[in-house]
Amino acid sequence: MSETPVSEVPVSEAPASETSARRPVRLPTRARTYVWAAGALLLLVLPFYLDRFWLQAGLFAMAAAIGAIGLNLLTGSTGQLSMGHAFFLAVGAYGYCVFAADGGDGLTGLGLPTWLAAVLAVLVAGLAGGLFSPIAGRLRGAYLGIATLALIFIGQHVLFNAKDLTGGFNGRDVPPLSLFGLTFDDSELLVANVPFGSAEKLWYAALVLLLGGALFARGVLRGRPGRAMNAIRDHRIAAGVMGVPVARYRAAVFVLSSMYAGLAGVLLALVFQRTVPDYFGITLSLEYLAMIVIGGLGSVSGAVIGAVFVSVLPQLLTRYSDALPLVSAPGTGGIAPGEASRYLYGAAIVVVVLFLPGGLVRVAAGRRFRTDPGEER
Amino acid sequence: MSTFAELLLNGLSMGSVYALIALGFVVIFRATEVVNFAHASLLLAGGYITAVLHDDIGFWPALLAGIAGAALVGAAVEFLVMRRYRGSDHSVLAIVTIGVDILLTTELTRRIGTDVLPLGDPWGDDVLTIGSISLAHTRIAAFVTAGLLITAFLLTFRYTSWGVAMRAAAESTETAALMGVRLGRVSLGAWAVAGGLAAVAALFLTVFPTPGLERATSLAALKAFPAAILGGLDSTTGALVGGLIVGVTESLATGYQSELSFLGRGLGDVAPYLVMTVILLVRPAGLFGTKELARV
Repeated sequence: MSETPVSEVPVSEAPASETSARRPVRLPTRARTYVWAAGALLLLVLPFYLDRFWLQAGLFAMAAAIGAIGLNLLTGSTGQLSMGHAFFLAVGAYGYCVFAADGGDGLTGLGLPTWLAAVLAVLVAGLAGGLFSPIAGRLRGAYLGIATLALIFIGQHVLFNAKDLTGGFNGRDVPPLSLFGLTFDDSELLVANVPFGSAEKLWYAALVLLLGGALFARGVLRGRPGRAMNAIRDHRIAAGVMGVPVARYRAAVFVLSSMYAGLAGVLLALVFQRTVPDYFGITLSLEYLAMIVIGGLGSVSGAVIGAVFVSVLPQLLTRYSDALPLVSAPGTGGIAPGEASRYLYGAAIVVVVLFLPGGLVRVAAGRRFRTDPGEER
Repeated sequence: MSTFAELLLNGLSMGSVYALIALGFVVIFRATEVVNFAHASLLLAGGYITAVLHDDIGFWPALLAGIAGAALVGAAVEFLVMRRYRGSDHSVLAIVTIGVDILLTTELTRRIGTDVLPLGDPWGDDVLTIGSISLAHTRIAAFVTAGLLITAFLLTFRYTSWGVAMRAAAESTETAALMGVRLGRVSLGAWAVAGGLAAVAALFLTVFPTPGLERATSLAALKAFPAAILGGLDSTTGALVGGLIVGVTESLATGYQSELSFLGRGLGDVAPYLVMTVILLVRPAGLFGTKELARV
């Protein structure tokens, strides 16, 4: 991206956008480029050095980041609270299984090429979001939050009962992705004397998807749709008066956000190699909300930071549970690592909202941020 | 026919319990415009305190302690967290309550572990049989208690100065403050009352035929959300009607499960959400919710 010094004066469409008039001092273009290049290089070489545990943690984080970006478009940028994100993750994950499996295990499988299955799964997740649009387009705030809660419970019900599609309680195996003759499974492939299993191969696929997802979301947010979304969040009626088709935008963002969730679901399924319905419960939805709040509402990098924080934290605590005070292995009566991380991110939500409005991303960027997005009416 | 009557009565009784929870939810919303997603954990807190204490101090004192404890937790959440928020965006506050909920639920489920804690209620598994209809004593107690509490609450809401202050705050916070209503107290009171009501509901969610307080109790408590929403978030009548609808739907769906087997097992747990979705499609503000009018 070329950083031409265009004057950054946004067209003022809602009272809140005066915040963005105060831009931070930017690093010189060249230094920024170097930082980005170093980061990218680091991410590219990591699979050669890390063991499987860390790669999996990283993969979870990347999948979560994609889902969180989608949720942030909906909740952070458009102000629509969704507690049903886990449902769309499930649609993506199971959709992929149904399209890609060859039906060998007695479950429905269409045996399509796996890349096509992945694309279709994402589209189906979007379709599911679209089917919900009569509600998503009309309700707002808490009403929508609780209505989407219904999605989780109905979704779980379907997952447990539609045994042909989902394998019921025990879940079903996920066929490995194959693309251009390369199969993302554990058949070993030596690259520079490093054995490449599924984690190493998926790492690159996930990187590409995350990058694509992040850039697309950034494009959406910086363009006309992004301004319309922020206008809806800041003042719905004013947005409508200025010609933003509010209901259509809400429904569209809901669809887009569920497609992101579907993609995250596909990726998660590929990493897990097995999907079980229990995973897609209300806890998962709350985790995604935690991610975007902790990272920073309404920003793409915030979603990524939050996703890394929330999804890597439990793994870190599990790995080092014997070295940490207060945390003990599960089942020994103390605080299990999973619980410890829930305490941490539960508290992080409260602390971030109360004391660091704007989330970690604002802190990282060292910006002052005014917390007064105007009253939602 | 008698099955239907039994299911209906059981449903009404469960519904009155859901109405108790939903009422607390609505009270908080009216007083502070905050949607309290931590409500299920308040309920769990009340139930847990009762369950732990009943062996030592007897059931009734333990129940009182549970109610007081949950009220205290609610008040503490308001005082320590809600009051510290300086912004004006209430949907952000709703997310804070999710954080609080994660904290409280994690702590309580960790303490409960895999146990099923009995609450030591005096009704046991006695059943009252009239004609061909049999009803558990616990269900009757639930209905009567919930009815009394709700009546008492509505009277308080209508006639005491606290109730007037609360309604004034719900109408317009600024005007209420100018009239001398202490908004801090109003919202503190709302949270405490909601906690207390939730603790009573916890008792009736965990007595016979349910085995006792366990991790999943907070999921049962979540059914009060559809109750509050389908009635209309800002309406106390709505909370009552919503609670009853949810209770009856759940009871009928569970009771006639074998006839509805094509819809899958465990239908009773989902039916309330289905009903809510349908009602929201027709009336986006709930049955009794104020239709949204805005002056620009």
